[in-house]
Amino acid sequence: MTAYETDLPTLPVEAGDPLLDLLNGFIAELRAVGIPASLTENLDAMEAVKHVPITDRETFKYALAATLVKNQAHWKAFETVFEVYFSLRGAQYEIAADDLDEADEADGEIRAQGDRGSGGDMLSPEELAEMLYRALMRGDSEMLRAAAREAVRRYAGMEPGRPVGGTYYLYRTLRNLDLEGVLERLMDAEQHTEGDVDDFDLRLRRDEFELRIAELKRQIEAEIRRRLVADRGVEAMAKTLRKPLPSDIDFMHASREEMASLRKAIYPLTRKLAARLVRKRRHGRAGPLDFRSTVRHSLSYGGVPVEPKFRHPRPHKPDIMVVADVSGSVAAFARFTLHLVYAISSQFSKVRSFVFIDGLDEVTSFFEGTDDIAEAVHRVNTEADVVWVDGHSDYGHALGVFWDNYADDVGPRTTVLILGDARNNYHAPESWIIKALQQKARHVFWLNPEPRSYWDTGDSIVGEYAPHCDGVFEVRNLRQLEAFVDRLA
Amino acid sequence: MSHRFTDVDAVQQDLHKVDYLCDSGLAGVVYLADRLDKPVLVEGPAGTGKTQLAKSVAEMTGSRLIRLQCYEGLDEAKALYEWNYKKQLLRIQTERDADVGWDEVSDDIFSDEFLLTRPLLEAIRAVDPIVLLIDEVDRVEVETEALLLEILSEYQVSIPELGTMEALQVPLVFLTSNNTRELSEALKRRCLYLHIDYPTMEREKEIVLAKVPDIAENLADQVARVVRSIRRLELKKPPSVSETLDWARTLVLLGVQHIDADVAAETVNILLKYQSDIAKANKELATVEGIEP
Repeated sequence: MTAYETDLPTLPVEAGDPLLDLLNGFIAELRAVGIPASLTENLDAMEAVKHVPITDRETFKYALAATLVKNQAHWKAFETVFEVYFSLRGAQYEIAADDLDEADEADGEIRAQGDRGSGGDMLSPEELAEMLYRALMRGDSEMLRAAAREAVRRYAGMEPGRPVGGTYYLYRTLRNLDLEGVLERLMDAEQHTEGDVDDFDLRLRRDEFELRIAELKRQIEAEIRRRLVADRGVEAMAKTLRKPLPSDIDFMHASREEMASLRKAIYPLTRKLAARLVRKRRHGRAGPLDFRSTVRHSLSYGGVPVEPKFRHPRPHKPDIMVVADVSGSVAAFARFTLHLVYAISSQFSKVRSFVFIDGLDEVTSFFEGTDDIAEAVHRVNTEADVVWVDGHSDYGHALGVFWDNYADDVGPRTTVLILGDARNNYHAPESWIIKALQQKARHVFWLNPEPRSYWDTGDSIVGEYAPHCDGVFEVRNLRQLEAFVDRLA
Repeated sequence: MSHRFTDVDAVQQDLHKVDYLCDSGLAGVVYLADRLDKPVLVEGPAGTGKTQLAKSVAEMTGSRLIRLQCYEGLDEAKALYEWNYKKQLLRIQTERDADVGWDEVSDDIFSDEFLLTRPLLEAIRAVDPIVLLIDEVDRVEVETEALLLEILSEYQVSIPELGTMEALQVPLVFLTSNNTRELSEALKRRCLYLHIDYPTMEREKEIVLAKVPDIAENLADQVARVVRSIRRLELKKPPSVSETLDWARTLVLLGVQHIDADVAAETVNILLKYQSDIAKANKELATVEGIEP
């Protein structure tokens, strides 16, 4: 994964300083996640925390972030590690041994809110739902936190010592809370209480509620994490809860939340990539000697060619044809690749795109005349006609369609990119088409979103196609995708 | 040496006094920059107040702001120092008749008198307190970044003919970047890193109230809410804080009391600058069903 994981020196720590010990563990974990915290930055962090009050958690966190994390994309990963190591250590977070099934101080908080009459040991599910509803309605963050705790205690069903990550507990808790239903109820209430609310107003309130619910989810997640850490210790949990950096997220196994962070990451990435390519073009070496211009300029020096002139290099701008498998698991990969290719389409003389499952359809027109690449990609997913028989990948047939209809457009300036995992459901591979394409085209590249070790297992037939391609690349995450596109342009 | 700030809260309050509203994290980084004598690298989307931060810190500490605007092709002569060639020539010509040795002249013409200071050198040679702003540092080439390294870590400039010029006082340094390219590790390592994102709804409302005179509280609240909703959409260019302020001012000028769908549709072009973004926002805001959270 990264080089930082191994053995950058850490600070020699004087024995008996718990904070330094903790910081060292913290920094080692950051490196394990892939955040490049160097030795000097490590020293800076140690220096920085001397200047801020350790009781002020927010400032403490920013002091560490400012010295250790120098890339915004790493922030989320940092935050998770930070929470595991530091946020859960305040006195108010002490967990009693029997906390997992007994009422804890959260109850006290609830009582302090004065939102229920009786002082019983447990809230009934109805009471909890009511409390949640009110907390969301008012946007009362204290109450929201109390509700999150209560919900986790009641529904997550956490068992001490069980080696699972937080996702499972999160799922169980959320399933019981029915947040969709709560949102509906909130919106209903909004619609009926006040007289003059128009759609626009309602929309704004809905956004407000959605954000509050997102906040609630975050609280629940934090609560689960807190309990897990209390149960199994910092080091073990730091490893389990580790979140990959956006550029390391696997396309094929990204959760919904990870997808969102991928979508966010791709914008700055394309911008950077485009800027880099333009720069590369502009600062490229000079072209061959321009004899005519040199002689012309030599006239002002009495015919001595003092100032040799060079031709501007004419950069090679390939025609790109993207042929992408958009079936199930590889769809996300195709989407990001299309997005990236179109974002830098000014670097190519022409881009055409085709998508297939078992049938194949050209989707170039979706991208033409629109600025909104995300929208175009969305249309590709919904409108393109890619199913021929049953909607299971059939590379052989799809390639056949491509050959019949579009092969004439493939010329010596064309670079063909084929995106897919080559899982062919045991149909005929028709690999002669790739061979023929390779003879006509400048390059044929195959990008496979599966880990290399899975290739040619099961119904994957990359090996059939690979000999006819100019290159087959494993592209599982944004980092690899960026590296490939950089090479291509 | 003495420090500029007593504690983090003081920084936050002082920034507040010069109408720069921020959270304690940002204030903490500014405070640390002073304590650790380190430059601050500020990144974030356009229009969130990166440059303004440097200006506000200068105002609040009563320092002089020296600004170096970066651009492609920036070089030593524009950033650090330059020899005043014409003056040197004059000097040589004046001395032509006098019987002066070679060594003397050559020593003479490479002295302080013939040095033209550029922003970076000026910042460390000044005796009054200085805030140095190196704006849009991502615009210079990677090689040019190296020019900055010495001054950022040692607060000194080496001039071959004169030796090392050390700082008379340590300036507060802010570098801003729009993140169009990855800055070099060497540069990042020497800086504290601060990412300024779009403000929260509550904070943005406060900013609107502070910066737009005569705006009613509930209008400011609505402005902040609408902007927050728009930022949640996937847009090419989400509205910046300065655009929010422009929009709020426009609404006040138009005498709008309450924003409804029509008003929003008519004036949204102040917030958004791309036709596709405008179309998307109008379409989205017209429906009650929200986007996927």
